[in-house]
Amino acid sequence: MIKSLPIRIAITAVVCLAALYFLIPTFFSNLPSPLDKYVPKEKIHLGLDLQGGMHLLMEIDTDKALEDIMERYSNDLKESLMESKVRFRNVEKTQGATMSLELTEPGGKAALEKVLKDQFPDLDSSSTAHDGGQLITLKFNNKRAIDLKKLTIEHSLETIRNRVDQFGVAEPEIIQEGENRILIQLPGVKDPERAKKIMGQMALLEFKIVDEENSLDEALRGNIPEGDVIAYGTRSDKSGGERSKVPYLLKNKTLLTGASLETAKVQISDRFGEPHVSIKFNSQGATDFDRITNENVRKRMAIVLDGVVHSAPVIQERISGGQAQITGSFTMEEARDLAIVLRAGALPAPVNILEERTVGPSLGSDSIRQGVLATIIGSLLVILFMVVYYRLCGAVADIALVINIILILAALAAFRATLTLPGIAGMLLTVGVAVDANILIFERIREELRTGKTARLALDTGYDRAFITIIDTHITGIIAALVLMFFGTGPIKGFAVTTIIGLLASLFTAIFITRVIFDYVTWNFNVKKLSI
Amino acid sequence: MSMELIKPGVNVDFVGKMKYAMVLSAVLILIGIGSIIYHGGFNLGIDFAGGSIIQVKFSKNVSADQIRASLKSTKLENSTIQQFGENEFLIRTHESFSDQKMLAANVEQPLTAAFSKDYEIRRVEVVGSKVSADFTRKAIIAVIFSWLAILIYVTWRFEFRYAAGGILALVHDTLIVIGAVSVMNMEFTINILAVLIFVIGFSINDTIVTLDRIREIVKRNPKQKLGDVINLAINETLSRTILTSLTVFFTVLALYIFGGPVIRDFAFAMLVGTVVGTYSTIYIACTSVLLFDNLQLARMKRTK
Repeated sequence: MIKSLPIRIAITAVVCLAALYFLIPTFFSNLPSPLDKYVPKEKIHLGLDLQGGMHLLMEIDTDKALEDIMERYSNDLKESLMESKVRFRNVEKTQGATMSLELTEPGGKAALEKVLKDQFPDLDSSSTAHDGGQLITLKFNNKRAIDLKKLTIEHSLETIRNRVDQFGVAEPEIIQEGENRILIQLPGVKDPERAKKIMGQMALLEFKIVDEENSLDEALRGNIPEGDVIAYGTRSDKSGGERSKVPYLLKNKTLLTGASLETAKVQISDRFGEPHVSIKFNSQGATDFDRITNENVRKRMAIVLDGVVHSAPVIQERISGGQAQITGSFTMEEARDLAIVLRAGALPAPVNILEERTVGPSLGSDSIRQGVLATIIGSLLVILFMVVYYRLCGAVADIALVINIILILAALAAFRATLTLPGIAGMLLTVGVAVDANILIFERIREELRTGKTARLALDTGYDRAFITIIDTHITGIIAALVLMFFGTGPIKGFAVTTIIGLLASLFTAIFITRVIFDYVTWNFNVKKLSI
Repeated sequence: MSMELIKPGVNVDFVGKMKYAMVLSAVLILIGIGSIIYHGGFNLGIDFAGGSIIQVKFSKNVSADQIRASLKSTKLENSTIQQFGENEFLIRTHESFSDQKMLAANVEQPLTAAFSKDYEIRRVEVVGSKVSADFTRKAIIAVIFSWLAILIYVTWRFEFRYAAGGILALVHDTLIVIGAVSVMNMEFTINILAVLIFVIGFSINDTIVTLDRIREIVKRNPKQKLGDVINLAINETLSRTILTSLTVFFTVLALYIFGGPVIRDFAFAMLVGTVVGTYSTIYIACTSVLLFDNLQLARMKRTK
């Protein structure tokens, strides 16, 4: 321990002033202009349970993302093999993220290996004899599969951040949890259902040509022509608003996706006053769109969102300039949300919502009122008890206690930790533990006084004897809290964090600060008898 | 003259009453286990069992039966409805509404039909089965890990027989708090898990103070019989043990009374934990040090 009292007083003063400094923004929200430059910006961050809001835990289906990528690979491989004049048949994506094809010539294997080595180095192949030829199965090698999954998560995080930005939430928190989960915290969200829809929608926009050469009815009976797919759209009945399903037969090849969009916005059509989403392609997208419309004049182009056909207008003429519209029977809000997700981009894989917690703002403010009330009453009880039981020494411990609470709040603000309802409980508990440290010391001092020691000597011995015990009790407390922290999600983490901060603060206030006060008093005034 | 709760020189024979304490502890633990069996296992909250909780506050007088009637023929038909403060209710179901439209169709529409706009949905929590399975696994790991971490620390700071006594007390406390939660038919939620870990921290805290004193007396007077040393140590630290427990007890009591319905269960379990933690320090941790010591002596005699 530092011997010099002035240095110890200085340390105490610096710590207390620093704590108060970090608390300025929490207690004074609107500082006048020149002053606000010199204080920190961070207020104490309230958890969702205290300020209301939404907590979503989503799982990204990375396996599905791999399958989709394999699907694209199978199309690319088909083209490459044709270019290289390798004879094959039945290239198809098979179960899981694998694809298979049959080689019909004896020399095919070597030619395929060359194509794979040059253009698809991330695929592993295995072959079996089959029907006079060879059946080749391809899958991603392990390293590539892991990388692709990682990329999928990064891309998803990015997309969700964009969507939250567009949705307009202050202080959102979006973090990856575990391997393939994303935790989203949206404080103060008023319409949780809508937020959930925006966050969870894949928003994959695709443009496909409607196959009008083959019969839709035949396809519906199960004879789907090769390279075609059936998709459904909805048509709303103008009179009742009842929506019915409408099937479409589409060419499976996706001509253009939402990735080529530059922007999307809601517009109201002049004739019916119905909202629609107008989209603008980026320059590459505009060129492609120009070419595609040119090649498919008089055909119908389906605009498909997450597998659902929104509309399938006839291409009247070549469209240059890269502008298009998505119509459908949208409500204003649906159109606005669609524009948001289109601007933010598509998620690379479907998501499942694993956990959702929503707290309304009124419940949050009730909780904070009750939590603060409980803390104040609990602390007052303790403060009162200490003064009654230990008199002036108790008052010294009370000073330390108040500083302890200030330090906890300041640390929460400075480290951007979150104060939750269990966090308030944790704070109240550290009040108990901090007092315990002083009770330990005071009981020791009383014991020493009973053996006839002088006030000064009893103080010194009391502190020395109790010191190691206090360290032990604090460290075991911190160990328990650390375990909780590793376990913790949301509120529990808040409990653990405030407890750890509180215990560390209590080591300082209950041992160091009280000692400074006692030393100052006993050294400056001739104290014969302790008021304990 | 200073105020003293426990007069100095007090000498209660705690070790002598060890047998009664063991019977009492056994009875408490058995009641808990009996209650868990009687209730057919734990009343697991959605954190551990998966499902949904919807908290609804009404602006007029409404009964649970009225709400149940309004939810008839929805997926919430078989949900539990529990009053939760004035005109406020918790609707629980094991169904997890991960789909966006489910909540509207099963809650909002029927409630609006029955009570028009006189209600407010204050909280919705939905936990899917994947997450709840995760939580359960992590919870068990957390409790066992905290026992182990503390065992290691106390072994390092003291001796193994001290640590073993401390851990025995922790297991004892955990079992009794879990039992109390079951007897009150409270839901076992994540918050209750936090209480368990807190009780573990609190109980070992007390235990360490007393063990510290045992060690100090042994050092000062190595010839004294261990039973007497333990009694002396408990008596010397008794006033501190009681004072600290009382302060924590009263702060938690404040939480219980004023903290609002959301943390009432949390505070209740904590109150039980505070009492049991204090009791176990005196009767379980310290006396089992003696027990371990006797065992060691017996083994040493046998090997001779």
